[in-house]
Amino acid sequence: MIHIPPRFLGILSTPVPAKTQRIEVTLETILDSVDLAESICMRIAEASGFDEEDLHKIGMSVREGVINAYNYGNQQDRRKKITLTVEISADTYTVRVLDQGKGFEPSNVPDPLAEENLLRTSGRGLFLMRAFMDSFEVRRGPSGGAELVLVKKLPSAVSGNGQSQQG
Amino acid sequence: MALQGTTRVVGQVIIVDFSGKITLGEGSSLLRKTVRDLIDRGHLKILINLDDVDYIDSSGIGELVSAFTTVQNARGELKLLNLTKRVHDLLQITRLFTVFDVQSDEEKALSSFR
Repeated sequence: MIHIPPRFLGILSTPVPAKTQRIEVTLETILDSVDLAESICMRIAEASGFDEEDLHKIGMSVREGVINAYNYGNQQDRRKKITLTVEISADTYTVRVLDQGKGFEPSNVPDPLAEENLLRTSGRGLFLMRAFMDSFEVRRGPSGGAELVLVKKLPSAVSGNGQSQQG
Repeated sequence: MALQGTTRVVGQVIIVDFSGKITLGEGSSLLRKTVRDLIDRGHLKILINLDDVDYIDSSGIGELVSAFTTVQNARGELKLLNLTKRVHDLLQITRLFTVFDVQSDEEKALSSFR
């Protein structure tokens, strides 16, 4: 069972706002942060109206993002932090995962679907985030680390303009 | 839910019934340890039953691939049984359906081993 600090609970139960709302959480570079980040983001997504299938995709994408920060960005260095930001705007749900590593170029990550890479034991995290979210981007963070930006259209925005949901 | 695994031997095949999540940390470690222990004990025909596993992340996928290649290198066979929809979809989008022998009926799975 994941414990979410009480100070976040008020924010998590707030209805989806008309203007952008944002919460930021600083996570330690420890394995427990992966579950905590997934749990926080899923609760906000649930309050934003996503269905069970999208909740699964969002939760798994956040999980992969924080694993990336924990393993590859911060290289399991407990002195470094992971910054998790969730933003809800009128039509999008955005999660940012910022590490304190050296950053990376996503085009240098081998394609996990290529025949020669199918038996690799790692390297599928970026692919899954891309597959499960409506938009996925890797940016250079302000202090040099990598910032993963994961975006999903809010269900209200999708049903409102008649578009079908992707991912 | 933390991953749990129990084993049963049917003929020449050992079946591992897993339940819970195969994710980074304890889940993926247990999968690795279980398969290595089985190989050490001489079991080279392994059927992994994922009927009660609804969540696998990229680390869990990597561990399944590692288990598959470890058993194959030991000249054994590792097959998967009873995938949940989510795990089925995950193996499909990662193209691992083309790698693993995935079975949906235990009797047929048992008779498919060489």
